[in-house]
Amino acid sequence: MLADKDRIFRNLYGLHDWGIAGARRRGSWDATAAILAKGRDAIINEIKASGLRGRGGAGFPSGLKWSFMPKQSDGRPQYLVVNADESEPGTCKDREIMRHDPHLLVEGCLIAGFAMGAQVGYIYVRGEFIREREHLEAAVEEAYAQRLLGTNTVHGYDFDLHVHHGAGAYICGEETALLESLEGKKGQPRLKPPFPANVGLYGCPTTVNNVETIAVVPDIMRRGAAWFSSLGRPNNTGTKLYCISGHVENPCTVEEVMGVPLRELIDRHAGGVRGGWNNLLAVIPGGSSMPLVPAAQCETLPMDFDGCLSVKSSLGTAAVIVMDKSTDIIRAMARISYFYKHESCGQCTPCREGMGWMWRVLTRMAEGRAQRREIDMLFEVTRQIEGHTICAFGDGAAWPVQGLLRHFRGEIERRIDEYTARAQSRPVSEAAE
Amino acid sequence: MTKLIVDGSEIDVPPEYTLLQACEAAGAEIPRFCFHERLSIAGNCRMCLVELKGSPKPVASCAWGVRDCRPGPKGEPPEVNTRTPLVKKAREGVMEFLLINHPLDCPICDQGGECDLQDQAMAYGVDASRFAENKRAVEDKYIGALVKTSMNRCIQCTRCVRFATEVAGVPELGAIGRGEDMEITTYLESAMVSELQGNVVDLCPVGALTSKPYAFAARPWELGKTETIDVMDALGCAIRVDTRGREVMRILPRVNEAVNEEWISDKTRHVVDGLRTQRLDRPYVRENGKLRAASWPEAFSAIAAKVRATTPARLGAIAGDLAGVEEMFALKQLMSALGSANFDARPEHSAIAPDWGRGAYVFNATIAGIETSDALLVVGANPRREAAVLNARIRKRWRAGQYPIGLIGERAALTYDYEYLGAGPETLADVAAGRHRFAQTLSQARYPLILVGEGALTRDDGAAIAALAAGTAMACGAVKDGWNGYSVLHAAAARVGALEIGFVPVAGALATGAMMAGANLDVIFLLGADEVDIAPGVFVVYIGTHGDRGAYRADVILPGAAYTEKSAIFVNTEGRVQMTARAAFPPGDAREDWAIMRALSEVLGCKLAYDSLAMLRAALFKAHPRLRDIDGLLGGTAADVAAMAARGGKCEKTALRSGVDDFYLTNAIARASAVMAECSVIAENALPMTAAE
Repeated sequence: MLADKDRIFRNLYGLHDWGIAGARRRGSWDATAAILAKGRDAIINEIKASGLRGRGGAGFPSGLKWSFMPKQSDGRPQYLVVNADESEPGTCKDREIMRHDPHLLVEGCLIAGFAMGAQVGYIYVRGEFIREREHLEAAVEEAYAQRLLGTNTVHGYDFDLHVHHGAGAYICGEETALLESLEGKKGQPRLKPPFPANVGLYGCPTTVNNVETIAVVPDIMRRGAAWFSSLGRPNNTGTKLYCISGHVENPCTVEEVMGVPLRELIDRHAGGVRGGWNNLLAVIPGGSSMPLVPAAQCETLPMDFDGCLSVKSSLGTAAVIVMDKSTDIIRAMARISYFYKHESCGQCTPCREGMGWMWRVLTRMAEGRAQRREIDMLFEVTRQIEGHTICAFGDGAAWPVQGLLRHFRGEIERRIDEYTARAQSRPVSEAAE
Repeated sequence: MTKLIVDGSEIDVPPEYTLLQACEAAGAEIPRFCFHERLSIAGNCRMCLVELKGSPKPVASCAWGVRDCRPGPKGEPPEVNTRTPLVKKAREGVMEFLLINHPLDCPICDQGGECDLQDQAMAYGVDASRFAENKRAVEDKYIGALVKTSMNRCIQCTRCVRFATEVAGVPELGAIGRGEDMEITTYLESAMVSELQGNVVDLCPVGALTSKPYAFAARPWELGKTETIDVMDALGCAIRVDTRGREVMRILPRVNEAVNEEWISDKTRHVVDGLRTQRLDRPYVRENGKLRAASWPEAFSAIAAKVRATTPARLGAIAGDLAGVEEMFALKQLMSALGSANFDARPEHSAIAPDWGRGAYVFNATIAGIETSDALLVVGANPRREAAVLNARIRKRWRAGQYPIGLIGERAALTYDYEYLGAGPETLADVAAGRHRFAQTLSQARYPLILVGEGALTRDDGAAIAALAAGTAMACGAVKDGWNGYSVLHAAAARVGALEIGFVPVAGALATGAMMAGANLDVIFLLGADEVDIAPGVFVVYIGTHGDRGAYRADVILPGAAYTEKSAIFVNTEGRVQMTARAAFPPGDAREDWAIMRALSEVLGCKLAYDSLAMLRAALFKAHPRLRDIDGLLGGTAADVAAMAARGGKCEKTALRSGVDDFYLTNAIARASAVMAECSVIAENALPMTAAE
């Protein structure tokens, strides 16, 4: 259980002033100049020592990522891009930061930008986020007004920050598609290599970070890497925003220490599973693109990167989607598949063609209108998508289906058998075509 | 060079290679759909996946550079496998995905037999389908008169989109929609405004984009294939003529890096129906104001009567834009034998003359040399209309960056940005004298290119303009060791060849304009010359292929052979000697043009000394030995340019114009083509293009 003194997001629920005055009362913008005075390498080393891993889903060590940026500019500008295109179903952490504590992010941008030698930062906000953008833009303006950003700043580092509004495509949350979209092109992922740290926004070295990753940076710098790494388990340090939704009594977003047991998270913060813990069917621990975890494995599951990996799932964005036994799990996964079919950018073959196939087969399976052999075929299709695409979208769409097939094969078979049995009991109607 | 292990064997490749190139260099076959050598890399079909040791996932070899590969832990070279079960499985998977929504309409698909998807499905696919759902249906789009769409078949490789935006420089084609709803379209279903749009048909790996005029006409395996060259413009693009029986069915490009890479213009490709219609298939003689079909002896005797009735000085001959070197040589010898020096192959007012020296009238920089150049001045030309493929080369160079382009003449949408310097010779004079800003740009360039259009030289002060342009080239350092940037872009295939064999009047003889006037002549021979207007009263003998302007005026028509029906030498604007090959036979009683000259000469009593094409060629090569070097460059010298610059002369103030007004209707064959007529109308009604990109 996270102690109140260790909280980073002290206005997560918007109970206090989100503006700069309130933020300053909570400690933001306090002696930022002193942090910058430590120098680029010191900041990167501090972040490395804190063990901070990217909060956007993949969990890549942030300090390491920043260190990929060129130390000496070759004449090209360098950019920090903040990925605020929070579109993963079930995830609602970045929007809480942006609307209730935007200065955490703005200050984080300055520090991170300084650490990676960027003079300009862009925050790419998801199209549907209106209030979030308004607050964020207001916060940026406040920071400019108080000479915290811009040229001739109080802490002596010139840094420009722009808030950009997306148009609401899920794929624009993929870092290179985001860069394309930011450049004004169609949001389609780029081929890698070259990686953004070499050739990113407008062909210049760029680092793309999640909102939460950037927002925790000022607190790490103020309280020290030792404090941050003392929270959680080794390799899974710090605090994390968990978004608990679905069949719980009290869906919420809550800051907890990394590695908090899933059951504690649900019982203490979300009021427990609807109808009691025994009514739990499965949990998706990390947003809709991660494989589900059946109830039996949820009891002791520690909610961090390595913990989720041990049950063949992933922490992702820590969006816990709870499903009780009233859930039609096959329909639920078919719905998720439909989402991915709808959001596939259509650039590369396996994803473009495979998404619709998976969705259609799952829709039939939800009714039972399928053959048993199609279960294995569907699994093979997911394997044919996984790892063969340009970006990780294909993986993220294949995994939930794999999770379903891995844990609920019996349910699918039962439904197919039921349907088949029903079909035999009725006279066969004449074919319409 | 970088060491790499491909399928167990070590190979040395340049580090800038992609894995796909490296694997091919090692002899491994890599299937692909979206990858194309001359387009940007999309990496989206995923067919070219290979296994790279150390990478957890298979990588797209088309997009993965050799220098992106990391050596093994002990420094051993990166290892690539193209034949492992993982790769096989990945290819089968991708192939299955491509096929699930691809219609099974191969039997009615024009691409059948030359379809990448068909071929690769045979090699890398599995035999049965596991896809039990309905296939996707996509509406067909209208994208112009030349490209037929069948969008159900599209596999979204985006080659066509990349070609249109990168090579053709027209941004209309694009993909709308997302995921499986992605569709290739011009959005408003307007026609593509490009002279190179036919190339998307070749690029399309499936039957989604097929040739509209050729729809359902033939199957590839029933066609005879003849490799030859094109005469629609002065480039001499390498083409392949596909015939069934005696009919030309279609024309496709061949690769010739020096000239057309692998693109051809729509006129080159779709002039096919012009080869069938309006053909002159028998001799005609005009009697009582009307042409009547006649036999060869009748036609010859009608000519002989007229020729005998006049004096040699009142005989003339004009060769047209599509005439081959052999027939012009034969006609020249015939005229000389008859005692006349009145022959010309240039349009009216053209100032170009062989005594300028070759260097003053050929494209010295060469077409491939455009890519070397680093600044361009266009004088009185519209390269897009005069030589669309060359224009694509300029655009290719422009896209590479650092390529200032200046234009003197008519403003036009050229698919690249240029600085408009002025309309007339005064501006050119300013540049030549260094008074103009652009003169500095040219001087600072290492390889400046001065492109002079034939239109600028086809006027009474043409020689003075040529002198001015040559002077500009000399002044800015465009003519030096290893680089000659003074380049003339001709508009007709016959022109340089005619200049080479001296098919122009010597001093005192009549030029085209004087011959057209009529008062000086009694009999004139038109060798496929349709762009001339002969005054009444002159007896016109028209030797040609099509019932076009020249034939309407003719008193005797002798039917000849089109460029697909004879073997003839053409010299392109660079001075490159190329030879066509016969793909079909001339229709009806029509004969090859040189043979007509030979037969006519006998009737006129001055028999030419050759009975076969080989003998004619022997005589031709004896007189002009450099023509023997087929595919070689005749080559102009820097001295010619310098001499030209020294000539000087006085220019008028009229604006410079391109010699070509309508790209689609430049010659008799194109004017006989219904497809070209339709394209012309579409182009006329199209909205003016905005920025190049």
